[in-house]
Amino acid sequence: MQVEIMIAGFGGQGVLFAGQLLAYAAMNKDYHVTWYPSYGPEMRGGTANCTVIIADEEIGAPVVGYPQVIMVMNRPSLDKYEGIVKPGGFLIVNTSIIDRAVERKDIQVINVPANQIAEKIGDKRMTNMVMLGALLANLPLLSNEEIAAELRTHLPQRHQNLIGANIQALEEGARFQQEPA
Amino acid sequence: MTKQLLKGNVAIAEAAVRYGLQAYFGYPITPQTELLEYLSKRMPELGRVFVQAESELGAVNMVYGAACTGARVMSSSSSPGVSLMLEGLSYIAGTELPAVFVDVMRGGPGLGNIAPSQQDYNQIVHGGGHGDYYPIVLAPANIQEAIDYIGLAFTLAEKYRSLAILLIDGCLGQMMEPAELPEMQPVRTVYPAWAARGAAGREPIIHTSIYLNPLDQEKTNLRILSRWREVQAKEIRFRGYYLDDAKYAIIAFGTAGRVALSAVRAARNAGIKVGMFRPITLAPFPAQAIRELSERLEGILVVEMNSGQMLEDVLANTHNRAAVEFYGRPGGNIPLADDILTEIKRIAQGKSTLNGHPRDRWVDRMLAANPGA
Repeated sequence: MQVEIMIAGFGGQGVLFAGQLLAYAAMNKDYHVTWYPSYGPEMRGGTANCTVIIADEEIGAPVVGYPQVIMVMNRPSLDKYEGIVKPGGFLIVNTSIIDRAVERKDIQVINVPANQIAEKIGDKRMTNMVMLGALLANLPLLSNEEIAAELRTHLPQRHQNLIGANIQALEEGARFQQEPA
Repeated sequence: MTKQLLKGNVAIAEAAVRYGLQAYFGYPITPQTELLEYLSKRMPELGRVFVQAESELGAVNMVYGAACTGARVMSSSSSPGVSLMLEGLSYIAGTELPAVFVDVMRGGPGLGNIAPSQQDYNQIVHGGGHGDYYPIVLAPANIQEAIDYIGLAFTLAEKYRSLAILLIDGCLGQMMEPAELPEMQPVRTVYPAWAARGAAGREPIIHTSIYLNPLDQEKTNLRILSRWREVQAKEIRFRGYYLDDAKYAIIAFGTAGRVALSAVRAARNAGIKVGMFRPITLAPFPAQAIRELSERLEGILVVEMNSGQMLEDVLANTHNRAAVEFYGRPGGNIPLADDILTEIKRIAQGKSTLNGHPRDRWVDRMLAANPGA
């Protein structure tokens, strides 16, 4: 078993942290895991992405040409990565700020108005958790509880008061499941 | 100890601390900077030495000075920064001092870019600085190996009074993977007889790379070489995958080796009997093992993130017994497993040859695919 997940968006959208939460939770379930970030000369407002690979044997390449799952948080990421989702794989789209529909018909698309949901819960910074909830509802590799445990361990002290809201964001996102074909 | 999710650069830094690193001198450069940044906080916490030098030249000469005291010393940099350190590396080697360096390679030549590459193979493995000297070069392919081999680098550097260099690329420096750090080991309190730590009550010890009498220099060169022969006899390390029944094999190190492993598994699933040979010590080079492979295999594919540097060392040991092909991605690109799989299939279809040079055939294929180059 090997699953490749790419998370892409603006710097500041929590793209790298969402990937790290997946990696921590996978490690603590005794999976093999790699987390590899884009580390170009980018900064807040620029684009960022990371690739997380979860497997039950030693992982070879930490980057792949055609990931099974791609989560796009903004329009430039959709434009750049729609074409490389593995056929039959998942594309999870933040429709709050992405103003076009997915064109491909050979992949499973999950549209999530993630910014609106996060703002309704109370903080736009939880957009990444809404998207992560939608991802895990469609790819039941790790549970929301397992991600929540990593939030408690790795969220900085000053943000620990937001744990409850983050868990709510995961749960709200999980409502967006792909309809069976 | 339990596994932690660790970034390569940080894992190497903390492992070096736990293996008793006493002094670090460096200068920031991407994709290596987290290593220096981590130590800038960690070393002073422990009362150990950290200096961000004014340049790589400053840093390497601080390492040189500190190494004269017998302390565990280290520096780290990335390709263009390592180029600046080469004079110092030659001096350290010529003075027969142990010192450890980490090179987190990026794309080039020149300023290039900050993306992962293996462009420094020749520069590091074959010396780089002037003169006959032989650094021990270790090439981990995952974070656990990076941790283990930084410890091994200190051990070997001190055992053979040699340079030991951990050669990784930006991918291994930047990625996170679960790994286990060693227990904290005590910093050394007993020093070798050659360590210059104050001459009160004894004759001064002089460390130098200057031998104005050429006969003295020649003796030094022969002493360095005889130590290197011992390294070659005792310290070769490599790892094989799926080689027992293999008709073909990939030879690749570091990140290229990881990607090749994915391609090998895919090829096995397609019924192709291919294995992989991953050198861990690039110097000393696993020449005998590659000679033996070339005697029983039908074809070998060398994969590197450069234009074919280790390729020449492989060719020197296969002697046209097995057909060798090359696939490389220079300039700061990680090859894709699918592209390596295509090369494996080409070889398995009998489309490799003993005629000509594998780099020429590869360049022709690359140029055909990149019309603008």
